[in-house]
Amino acid sequence: MATRTPLPSTGELVRRSIQGRRFSWADFAFPASLLLALLFSLLFLATLLVDVFVKAWSALSGRGWSVVTSSLSLNAETAGLWQSIMGSLGLTVVVAVIAFPIGIGAAVYLEEYAPDNRLTRFINTNIRNLAGVPSIVYGILGFTIFVRFVRAVGAGGGVAGQNLLAGGLTLAALVLPIVIITAAEALRAVPAAIREAGFGVGATRWEVIRHHVVPYAAPGILTGTVLTLARAFGETAPLLLVGAATGFFSVGSAGLLQKATGPYTALPVTIFSWARQPGADFRSLTAAAIVVLLVLMLTANAAAIILRNRFERKW
Amino acid sequence: MTTEASAPDIDLRGSRTRLRRERRVHRLFFGAAVTSILISLLIIGSLAGEAWRFISTVDLSSLWDLGWFPRRGMFDLKTVLVGTLLIALVAMAVATPLGLGAAVYLSEYARPRARRWLKPILEVLAGIPSVVLGYFALTWISPNLVMRLNPQAGVFNMAAAGIGVGILVTPLVASVTEDAMRAVPHALREASYGLGARKATTVTRVVFPAAASGIVASLILGLSRAIGETMVVAMAAGAVGGSLFEVNIFQPGQTMTAAMSALAIGSDQVAGSTNAFQSLFFLGLLLFLMTLALNVISERFVRKVREKY
Repeated sequence: MATRTPLPSTGELVRRSIQGRRFSWADFAFPASLLLALLFSLLFLATLLVDVFVKAWSALSGRGWSVVTSSLSLNAETAGLWQSIMGSLGLTVVVAVIAFPIGIGAAVYLEEYAPDNRLTRFINTNIRNLAGVPSIVYGILGFTIFVRFVRAVGAGGGVAGQNLLAGGLTLAALVLPIVIITAAEALRAVPAAIREAGFGVGATRWEVIRHHVVPYAAPGILTGTVLTLARAFGETAPLLLVGAATGFFSVGSAGLLQKATGPYTALPVTIFSWARQPGADFRSLTAAAIVVLLVLMLTANAAAIILRNRFERKW
Repeated sequence: MTTEASAPDIDLRGSRTRLRRERRVHRLFFGAAVTSILISLLIIGSLAGEAWRFISTVDLSSLWDLGWFPRRGMFDLKTVLVGTLLIALVAMAVATPLGLGAAVYLSEYARPRARRWLKPILEVLAGIPSVVLGYFALTWISPNLVMRLNPQAGVFNMAAAGIGVGILVTPLVASVTEDAMRAVPHALREASYGLGARKATTVTRVVFPAAASGIVASLILGLSRAIGETMVVAMAAGAVGGSLFEVNIFQPGQTMTAAMSALAIGSDQVAGSTNAFQSLFFLGLLLFLMTLALNVISERFVRKVREKY
């Protein structure tokens, strides 16, 4: 007599076919490969940071703060970043003073005032396209327009307009579309009810914007603009065309005005020119300059992210 | 109440000074918005004039030569165009799998907690300046990846530059793709699960096709960024002064952007002597038109996504 194993109940069969976890490689391998792609990009970031720090160590430990405080030089033992850091900070100030008011103003116009007509749509498309123009093309704009403009207003200095002001204007034009886009996004996130409440009590459009919309959107605008400044801080290519010095120069005891209109350089430009110098000394010094650049930029980024988390509003 | 009877006398137009200020502010903001159009016009103007001067004075046969040596009057366009294309292709070969993989993982698989950590790190990668990646491509990628892969490769080669550009483009591709995938309505995923599909099937057969135009847009945008990238190529691809026509990615090569930056650094030596410096503007115009075309196409695809959902 054949022994018959009793059949499981119907309920048990159904449960098995629904819950039965037949292990499938596809189910496992697909997310695993996706995660691998993500980790791979993060691995590149980690490798970059570790590699730069390791290479920078001999210069940083041997020279200490003098890497930051010394002036530019062709001699790797004494060369420092002081002028480059000051140049980059100066450029950042020019960018902030020019790009932020215009950019935020344009964003306010596009989000709050602009009627939905052909001109507005054209401006919007134009801004998105400007954001995609390669940075070196902005260098050409700076070289042909802003350098001449700076010379024409009498701020050319001893370098015929190829100075900090022209460089700052160039970078301001470069980041302007990004400022507009991020500020417009922040303004769009403010609920319409806020505006309607303002209009309801008789405020004009400008009063609503000034007292309600912009304060509510401020954290978003601020985060966006800090990130944009960081981008301008790390930009190299356009400055090569607007005369940022790739060699070394000295300003001595020049006044602030002469410094702003004289020869200049920026931290990323110095990194570029040091990277082309032969010799192990300069290789380590370049890495040290990169460490300084990354520390400054990541501090700005971290500040922006903290600001965003601190003041982020949930509606 | 007698005071209420005089209600029709209330002036509802508001005070004149407020209205005047309103108009002034309006005009001011409009001016700010129009500045962006002014910048576009200035860019086109600054490129077109000198580019035209170059084209009208250059010996046209020098545009098809042995290589790109502007100081010797050799402006071989195929050298810089093929170099640009090769580096952009290597970059996209790196950025497409990494960027899409990261985006799909972040949007479909990552738990909110993991996402909160991973996304900012990816943003940090997006914020690394290109000059830093150029240094990394030259001093790490080239000796540790490319030269190990192909011992015949020199220190300066297009493959290392391409990988460097690819790393730079990856966060852009990832963030645009992720936006597109998150825009796909949840109802589609739920319908797919309701039919008994697995997660992997849902992602590849439902979410991915639904987000296809956004994903295409991200890749085109990445390509446009890769073509316009300057510093990584200028530092890692070699060929500072000029380059022979080269199709081997393990050899040094020249792109449009690198050629422009080389001309810019050496501008004092070449200015005025020949039309070498004008070639910078010609390349700039070419680059501007190419990236503009790509951006417009990518914009079309993005709009398709927006219209669908």
